[in-house]
Amino acid sequence: MTLRDKTAEDSPRSWVRAALYDARIRGWVFQAVVLVVLLLLTLWILHNTAANLRAANIPFGFDFLHMRAGFDISQKPIDYTLDSSHAQAFKIGLLNTIILSVLGIVFATIIGFIVGISRLSNNWLLAKAATVYVETLRNIPLLLQLLFWYKAVLSVLPGPRQGYMLPLATNLSNRGLTMPRPIFGQGFDFVMWALLVAAAIAWGLARWARTRQAATGQPFPVFWASAGLVVGLPLLVFLALGAPLTFEIPVLKGFNFVGGMVIHPELIAMVLGLSLYTATFIAETVRAGILAVSVGQSEAAFSLGLQPGQTMRLIVVPQAMRVIIPPLTSQYLNLTKNSSLALAIGYPDLVAVFAGSTLNITGHAIEVIAITMAVYLALSLITAAVMNWFNARVALVER
Amino acid sequence: MSRIETDTVFVRRDFLSPEPPPASFGGFPGWARRHLFSSPLNIAISLLMLLFVAWALPPLIRWLFVDAVWTGSNREACLPKNGEPMGACWAFVNAKLAQFTFGSYPADQRWRPALVMIVFFLGLAAVAVPGTPGRRRIVWLMLTAFPVAAFWLLYGGLGLPVVETSNWGGLLVTLVVAVTGIVASLPLGILLALGRRSKLPFIKIVSVVFIEIWRGVPLITVLFMASVMLPLFLPNGVNFDKLLRALIGVAMFTGAYMAETIRGGLQAIPRGQYEGAASLGLSYWQSMRLVVLPQALKIVIPGIVNSFISLFKDTSLVMIIGLYDLLGSIQRNFSDANWSTPSIAPTGLIFAAAVFWVFCFSMSRYSMYMERKLNTGRKR
Repeated sequence: MTLRDKTAEDSPRSWVRAALYDARIRGWVFQAVVLVVLLLLTLWILHNTAANLRAANIPFGFDFLHMRAGFDISQKPIDYTLDSSHAQAFKIGLLNTIILSVLGIVFATIIGFIVGISRLSNNWLLAKAATVYVETLRNIPLLLQLLFWYKAVLSVLPGPRQGYMLPLATNLSNRGLTMPRPIFGQGFDFVMWALLVAAAIAWGLARWARTRQAATGQPFPVFWASAGLVVGLPLLVFLALGAPLTFEIPVLKGFNFVGGMVIHPELIAMVLGLSLYTATFIAETVRAGILAVSVGQSEAAFSLGLQPGQTMRLIVVPQAMRVIIPPLTSQYLNLTKNSSLALAIGYPDLVAVFAGSTLNITGHAIEVIAITMAVYLALSLITAAVMNWFNARVALVER
Repeated sequence: MSRIETDTVFVRRDFLSPEPPPASFGGFPGWARRHLFSSPLNIAISLLMLLFVAWALPPLIRWLFVDAVWTGSNREACLPKNGEPMGACWAFVNAKLAQFTFGSYPADQRWRPALVMIVFFLGLAAVAVPGTPGRRRIVWLMLTAFPVAAFWLLYGGLGLPVVETSNWGGLLVTLVVAVTGIVASLPLGILLALGRRSKLPFIKIVSVVFIEIWRGVPLITVLFMASVMLPLFLPNGVNFDKLLRALIGVAMFTGAYMAETIRGGLQAIPRGQYEGAASLGLSYWQSMRLVVLPQALKIVIPGIVNSFISLFKDTSLVMIIGLYDLLGSIQRNFSDANWSTPSIAPTGLIFAAAVFWVFCFSMSRYSMYMERKLNTGRKR
C-alpha cells in the first residue's frame, strides 16, 4: 500500500493520468475548448460580415434610423408622413404589433375560456361543437387561416354601398368596419377621473368586506355594490357635466365613407385569425386545468354547504388557475410572436414595416434584423417575468 | 329489540300500490333528456346550437358540393352563369394538383419525388406501427440510407438530370422542410437539453442563451435572418441554396423547442437511474447513451410528435421568404389569369387547409395513442 502511494507520488506520468481522469479538470478543459471554438466562430463570422459589408458599401451603424423613410404606412396610430424617419416608422410598427397582440390576447382569452368550459359541458351539442371547433382550427396553419379570413372572407365582402349595416351605425364592407367616432367634449376627463376614483373605492370596499366577513361572518354584496359604483359614479359625473360626448357618424359619399372611424380589413383578419387560432390552445389549457381539480374538492365544498356558483368561484377556479396560468403565459407569448405573420396580409406590424420596408430601402440587414429580434425577445422576457410574478402569487404555498 | 317500549307493533300485511314507472332514462329520449334538455339553460343552449347548425350547415354543403364546379379547363367553368350562385371551384384544384404536389418540378421527372414520398410514407408507417417485423432495421434504414437516396433522387446527379431546388415546390417542399427540420433538430435538441442540465457553468449558460433566444423570437424573423443575414456571415462568394438556408433556420428554431421537450423527459427520469449508471462506473456519455436517454426519449415521443405537428404547420411560413411550399404554390396560382375567378381563393385555401388538417390531425391522434400506450407501460 505504502509502496504504491510512493510510486504514485513520484512518477510524473501517473500525476498526468490522474489529472486526465479527474472529472473537474476534464470539465474545465472541455469548457475551455467550447469557449475557444465559439470565439473563433464569432470572429470568423464578424470578419466575413465586415468584408461583405465593405464589398457592398454599406457602413455598419444605426444612423439610417434618422434618415427619411419615404414610404407610406396604411395604419398609423401616431403622426407619420413620407418625410418621417425610419425611427418613427419603427415606432409605428411596434405600436401596431402591441395593439394587435393586446386585442388578440383579449379575444383569445374570452373565446378560449368559453370554449374550454363548453367542452366539459353536460350539453352534448355544446361539448361536441366545442370539440369540432378546437380540433379543426388547431390543426390548420395560422398563416393559412389568416389568408383565408383576408382573401376568402373579407375581400369578397360587398363594397361600402352594399355593405352590411350593423347596429349603432356600423357598416361592414370590403373597406373594413366603419363606425361612429366618439368626440370627447370639454370636461370629459372628469368622467375618466370619476371612473378611477370609483375603481379605487370598489377595491377598498372589497377589502373591507373581506375583513368584515372574516371577523363576523356577515357577507356583503361586493359585486353588485362595486358594479353600481363603477358604472354609476362616472355616469353621474357625465350627466352632471351635460353629457360632453358626441359621435361623428360616417356618411356614404361616392364610393366610400367619409368621417367616422375605420377598422381596416387587415386588422380585422389578423385579430380574427390570431384569436380564433390561439383560443383553441387556450381552450385545451382551460379544460386540462379544470379537469386537474379533483372531484373531491367540489364534493367537499358541497358538503360544507356552498352553492354551485360559490364552489366554482371559491374552490375550483382558484385551484384550476394555478394549473392554467403557466401554459396560458406561453400561449400569450405565442400569440405575440405569431402577430408577426401580419406581413403576409399587409397589416403594418413591426416585421412588415421595419424588417420589410425599412430593410429593403436601407439594406441594413444586420441592424434591422437584430433590432427586430431584440424587440420580440424583450416582449417575451417581459411577459414571462410578469407572468412568473403572478404565478408565484397564486402558486401553492407548501410547507 | 328490548328497546321497543310501545306495545303497538305494526306489521304490514298487504302490498303498497306500485309507484309509477320512472321517466325513461334509456334510449334516445332518455339520453336527450339528460344531455340536451336537463335544465332551462341547457334547453336554450341546445336550441341555439341547433338553430346555428341549421343556419350554417346547408349553405356550406351547397357551396362545397352541390353548387361546386368539378370539371373544366379554365376560368369559364367557374364563372357565375346567368345569376345562379356558384360554389367551390374544384376544377381549379383538379387542374393544378400536380403543381400543388411537386411545384414546377419537370413533368417527365415527377416520378422521382413521387417515389421518394411513397417510400417515405411506407417507411414511416412501418416505424410508427408497433410490432412491424424488422422495425429496428427499418428505423436504421430510414435514418441512414433513405436520406441519401432521397437526396439523390430529388436533386439528381449520377445519371439523373439535376433539378435545382428553385424548381421544387408544393407538398414536396413542405415535407422536405418539415422532415429535415425535425431530423436535424433532434440531435441539436438532445445536445442542448443535456447542456442545459449540465453541471459545467459555461456549457449551461451557452445552452440556456441559445435556447431562450430562438424560443423568444418569431419564426418569421428567423427565416428573414436565414435568408438575408446568413449570406453576410459567410466568406464573400460563398452563396448557397435558398432552401438550404431556410432549412438551417428551421432546424435552429426547432432545435431550441426540441431541447425543452427533451429536457422534460430528462427531468422525469428518477435520480436513481443517474446514480445507478454512475455507480456501474459508466462515464457521462456512456450513462447518457445507455441508461438515461433511451428512457427519456421514450417518454417524450408524444412531445416530439407534437413538435413535429407545430413544425409541419410552421413550414407554411417559408412562403414569406419566397419558397413555394404547398400554401405558397396555391397562393401563387391565385394570380393565374387563366383561372382568375372570385371562387378560387376560398377553394384553394380550403383545399390546403384540408391537406394540412389530415396530416396534423392524424399525427395528433398518433401522439395521443402513443401517450396511452407508454402510460400503461409505466403504470405497472
